[in-house]
Parts: sequence; C-alpha cells; structure tokens
Amino acid sequence: MSFWLIQSLNSLALGGVLFTLAAGFSLIFGLMRIANLSHGAYFMLGAYVGLSVIEAGHSFFLAILAAAVAIGLLGCVVERMILRRLAGDSLSQVLATLGIAFVIADCSLWFWGGDPRPVAAPSFLAGGFQILGQTFPRYRIALVIFSIFVALGLWLLLEKTKLGVMIRASVDDRQMAQGIGVPATKLFSIVFCLGAALAGVGGIAAAPILSVYPGLDADMLPIALVVVILGGLGSLLGAFIGSFFIGFIYSFGQALFPDLAYIILFLPMLIILAVRPRGLFGKITA
Amino acid sequence: MASQVLIAAIFAMSLNLLVGYAGLTSLGHAGYLGLAAYISSWLTVKLGWSHASTAAIAIVGTTVIAGIFGLIALRATGISFLMITLAFGQILWGLAYRWATVTGGDNGISGISRPSPFGIDLGEANYFYYFSLLVFILVWIAIAIFVRSPFGATIRGTKDQPRRMSALGFNVWLIRWITFTACGFFSAIGGMMYVYYHQFISPHSLSLANSAEMLLMVIAGGAGTLLGPVIGAALVMLLKNVASQYVDHWVTLLGLVFIFIVMFIPGGIVAGFERIKILLLGSKS
Repeated sequence: MSFWLIQSLNSLALGGVLFTLAAGFSLIFGLMRIANLSHGAYFMLGAYVGLSVIEAGHSFFLAILAAAVAIGLLGCVVERMILRRLAGDSLSQVLATLGIAFVIADCSLWFWGGDPRPVAAPSFLAGGFQILGQTFPRYRIALVIFSIFVALGLWLLLEKTKLGVMIRASVDDRQMAQGIGVPATKLFSIVFCLGAALAGVGGIAAAPILSVYPGLDADMLPIALVVVILGGLGSLLGAFIGSFFIGFIYSFGQALFPDLAYIILFLPMLIILAVRPRGLFGKITA
Repeated sequence: MASQVLIAAIFAMSLNLLVGYAGLTSLGHAGYLGLAAYISSWLTVKLGWSHASTAAIAIVGTTVIAGIFGLIALRATGISFLMITLAFGQILWGLAYRWATVTGGDNGISGISRPSPFGIDLGEANYFYYFSLLVFILVWIAIAIFVRSPFGATIRGTKDQPRRMSALGFNVWLIRWITFTACGFFSAIGGMMYVYYHQFISPHSLSLANSAEMLLMVIAGGAGTLLGPVIGAALVMLLKNVASQYVDHWVTLLGLVFIFIVMFIPGGIVAGFERIKILLLGSKS
C-alpha cells in the first residue's frame, strides 16, 4: 500500500515538473509553430542559474525568481535575434533551436562543470509529513501544489486577460487573428519569453528531486515531447493532463519494469500519433 | 581519423536521402547505427558467428526494422514525423541502455574483431582506411545512381509538390517508404563500419545527441546535394577531433557554426560555395 502511495506522490511531483516544461513548449508551438528543441536546455540552464544563486547564499525563492528572469531574458534575445529572422521557415527555426540547445548545453558544461550537482530543498520544506503512519517528503507535496498554482496562473492569463485572448485567437486561427489586428510579432516574443521562463522555473523547482547534471536537457526534452504530443499541441489542458499521465506512467514504469521503462514512456505517444495525431485535447494537428 | 570521416559521411549521405531529397527531417538516425552495430556485435561476440554472416544479418535486420518504423512514422509529416523518429531513436537508446542482459547496458559490447576479407587483416589502420574508402565509394555510387534515376526524380517531386505528385498518380507514401527503408539500409552499412572501426558499441552511440550531430552534418554541408553531407561530415569530424585539441568547447563552436549556417546559408556549405563561385565568376545562364 505504501509503495503505491509513495509512487503516486512521486508521479504527481514529476507530473508537476513536466507541466512547467510542456506548457511552455505547447504554447510556443501552438502560437509560433516552432518545435523548440532547446526547451530542455532552458530547463537545465534554469536549474544551473538557480543553483548558483543558492550557492551564493540566497534563498530558494530568489533562485526561482532569478531563473525565471534570466531564462526569460535569454528566450527574448533568442527570439528576436535568431528566430524572428527565420520567420516563415519552420524547419530552419527548429534547426536553429537545435543549434542553440547545443550551445547552451556546452556552455553550461563550461561554467558549471561536468559533475552532477545536487540541490537542497529549502529548509522549511525539508523532511516529511507523517500521514497515517506514512512519511511523505514535504518537497514533493510542495512541488505538486506549486505546479497547480502555475497551472492556475496560466489558465487565468489565457482565459481572463486580453493578452490571453489574443494568444488563444492566434493559436486557433493565426491568419484571422492577424487580420483583425492582433500584433503577432509582439505576441510571439511574449509567449516565447514566457515559455522559456516557465522552463527555467521548472528546472530549479525540480532540482531538489532531479539534481542538475549535463545531459539533463537531453533527458527532459523527449519526455516533454511525449507529454505535448499526448496532450495535444497548443492546449494547456492537454499539457496539464498529459504531464500527470506521463508522470504516473514514468514513475510506476521505472519502479515496476526498470528494463522497459523507456519504452513504456514512448508507447502512448506512438499510439496517439498513429491513431489521433491531434492528441487528446489538441487544437492543431502537428 | 580519415576513416571516421568516411564512416560519418556514409551516415550523413543516407540521412540526406531522407532529409535532402524526400524532405523528411529525422532525428532518430543514430538508432540504425546502433541496431546494426548491436546485432552484429552481439552475434559475433556472444555466439561467435563469422563476420560475413553477422554483417549480412545485421544489415538485413536493420533494414527490415527500418521498414517497420517507416510504416508507423510515415503516417505523419513535418514536425510529427520528426517527433516520431525522435521517439524511435530514444526507444532504441533506452533498450540499449536498460536491457543490460543482452546489450551490456552502459558498458556496451566490446572486443569486437575486425573482419579479414580475402585474408587481409583489417586490424591494420592503413588497410582499414582503404577498406572504408572502398565502402564509401561504393555507397556513394549506389546513392548517386539512386538519386539520379527516375525514381530519384520522383522522390524530389514528393518533397517539393506532394499534392501534385499525388494528383499525377504517384503513390507518395510508397515513394517515401522506399526512401525511408533505403536510408535504413545505408545506415546499417555505416553501422557495420562504425562497429568495425571502434570495435566497441555502447548506448551513447545511439543517443539523441548523436542523431542531432548527423542531422547537423547533413544540413551544414548542404541537404539535397551529393557532396553536401560529405562536406558536412568532414566539418563536424574536423571540429570534433581537431578543434577539440585546441578549443575545449568545440561543441559551442559547432552549435554557433550551425546556427550561422541555418540563418545565413540555408543551403549549407555547398550552396555557400555556389554563391561564392557565382560572385567571383559571374553567373552563367
């Protein structure tokens, strides 16, 4: 019984982390039709930036803020300097993001070295809760709650603000939206920065459970892709449900069938792609 | 090192068939390298079969599996295709990594010997180089014939105008599937050469990073040309082996070069040369 409870909590925590990754990726793809292959790199870089902030003696909260700002800014620069110049050529944009991923990964190796770096959870979240005689790590519970807040925040942004309306309109029908005057270029920058910042925040938030190491980007990107394809590109709800679904599959798969865990992860994605390429809640066929 | 370039070029040329001529960008290519390499090395090391038979089985096996992958992957195009191929590559990588009882997990399979065709021991570096050169030339000729044939023209047609091709009565899906499988076939050959050169195979060779590197070679050199992937392979290998001795962070350099090429010379280095040639000599109509 306790095995199932612990694994379920792990699944939820992982799902929460995946959501921060997948939501950004899905939004970027939904709006700009760019498969941002550097998304995993933003995640990793956010974790490294947060790590440095913590090692400089500051609070975890500041680390999250720093990660969000730093990666958001990086995303802004990348979008303006590189992606905007390749507007209209989807393949080139994807390839450019691939190149960026290489650069970020190598520079991270340069600055932070090749050893895996563990990150301690903030002191008020260390340790565990005792519920019904079972100890649950506090940090993972906090992660789940955090991701729910992020999801709520994003939902509010998309549903209740003017910016959100413009984003949703552009995802649904970009040409019509531009026709009625939605400023596409500005929107692209905002969404890309937001997506990148989210990934960065996800990285540092996940660091106490995943730690930071070179190759984290290549580990997280395929999983994020699976989530996004499963949930449906361009859909926040899809990213949310997909993240937790994959979180469960991955955690239980790792625990029950370690040899085949990776295959179990990709199987749902392949099935969905073959049967319903739109994904569960997708608005666009990729 | 020259052998490495030739082997990398074989992979790049086969990926080019898919990317440059059929217009289908794939990120799971290293998987075929791994398939061929693991099949042959496992058969040679664990069962002690001869090189000729293991090579044949590995190549045929990889091609068949490529064909099966193609059946699934080709239900999509564009980004979906990219993601499916990425998934396949990752699945193969995951298998290599986790199925430790068969693949040796992270340790890989080592101690693979090189074949001795006609009694010439390929353990000698020089002999191996000539062998790779020979295989490379054969693959080049095969691909050149493939591409310049009427079938090659239809492949390019499906890239440029799939709907029109379909309307003209061509079976676009079949054309793409044949190209996909052919790509697998040539990669299998490359995989055999790879495992003979390194005499070792590990999951790292199947990684996403490796697939991305192959894609880099094709795009940087010039997709859709015969010479492009070879130049691209040379460039990447040069950076990897030579620049890495002077510059610790050659990967950053590679990434930057790649971004530069994608932004300013989308046709790759080959296209760049064409432009310089036109600039210097004036265009000929």
